[in-house]
Amino acid sequence: MPFWIELLICAFLLLGSLFALVGAIGLYRLPDFFTRLHAPTKATTLGVGGIIIASVIFFSVQKQGLSLHELLLTLFLFITAPVSAHMLSKAALQQGLPAMDKTRGRRWKDDGF
Amino acid sequence: MLAYVIPLCMGLLGLALVLNMLRLVRGPSVPDRVLALDTLYINGLALIVLFGIWLASDIFFEAALLIAVFGFVGTVAVGKHLLHGDLID
Amino acid sequence: MTRFAWLPHPGLSLLLTGVWLLLTNQLSLGHLLLGLFLGWVIPLLLRRYLIFVPRVRKPLKLCLFLLKVFWDIVVANLHVARLVLGPKERLNPAFLEVPMVIEDEFLLATLACIISLTPGTVSAGLTPDRKTLLLHALDAPDIKALVAELKHRYEAPLLEIFECSPT
Repeated sequence: MPFWIELLICAFLLLGSLFALVGAIGLYRLPDFFTRLHAPTKATTLGVGGIIIASVIFFSVQKQGLSLHELLLTLFLFITAPVSAHMLSKAALQQGLPAMDKTRGRRWKDDGF
Repeated sequence: MLAYVIPLCMGLLGLALVLNMLRLVRGPSVPDRVLALDTLYINGLALIVLFGIWLASDIFFEAALLIAVFGFVGTVAVGKHLLHGDLID
Repeated sequence: MTRFAWLPHPGLSLLLTGVWLLLTNQLSLGHLLLGLFLGWVIPLLLRRYLIFVPRVRKPLKLCLFLLKVFWDIVVANLHVARLVLGPKERLNPAFLEVPMVIEDEFLLATLACIISLTPGTVSAGLTPDRKTLLLHALDAPDIKALVAELKHRYEAPLLEIFECSPT
């Protein structure tokens, strides 16, 4: 395996793991549920995306042929992450979870009211 | 170089998993715990893909795909349960 | 609008064929035929449950739009990472209400997904009449500017690309 390809794979792997870690840190330290929701839906999805791109490059070089099926995972995650986030925030709104004191704007009690 | 970077990335992802577990245990409300579980699924999936690169083996892909599908279905099912109190819509 | 009874969703059929080829991870005639067969049969069996997808009017613009969205996702992630790692006092969370022009089901879902993935916002609810979307933003110093930017950046191109009437 050429050196620069290895370098590229390492860069994507490190980037992906760091983003996943940032998502987990956000999940742990942000103050209320609605702010916590942001970290995993964005950072973790992109983190896994980075690791999967590294995997695509690695297997394509190693097997002497395009190996794209990991991209399905990325596609799936990018479609499902917003859906589950939407579901959970609706549930949280319905249960009336507390938001941070600084939060501005009107929140709905239930669907549309 | 990959021989050094992959264990390092595994360490980072392991730390992320520990933080998710802490939120899962502490989480003051049910949606918090479900969110932590969902993130745990996704990080575990990343760890499995990484392990596949480490062993240079392709067979972990199916496992990762199944984890993604089950994680999503589980999260949506629990979310629906929290919203309506039943699963059949 | 011509829609054949034996091929209800041509785009979905193509997508399913592509997914099958990716899943098997090899390009051979047999798998291509099997993928085409699955792409033909699955939408046919499920046609009662599928929603109507409006026709793409400007494919080139769609590609550019997707690239822009992808770039925005990366930028938004860097932004969120900085907010997460920075001090908690710098957070400026807010609930926003965005009035929607789009009425089509599919486009609405697409727009909600894009908004959730990109700039520090998560969609949190939709009124039953589908006119207003509730968002939660992690960092919104100026609520009105953010709403205007979202509408200009994502809603207007979607309306332009897809064939649908905006009222």
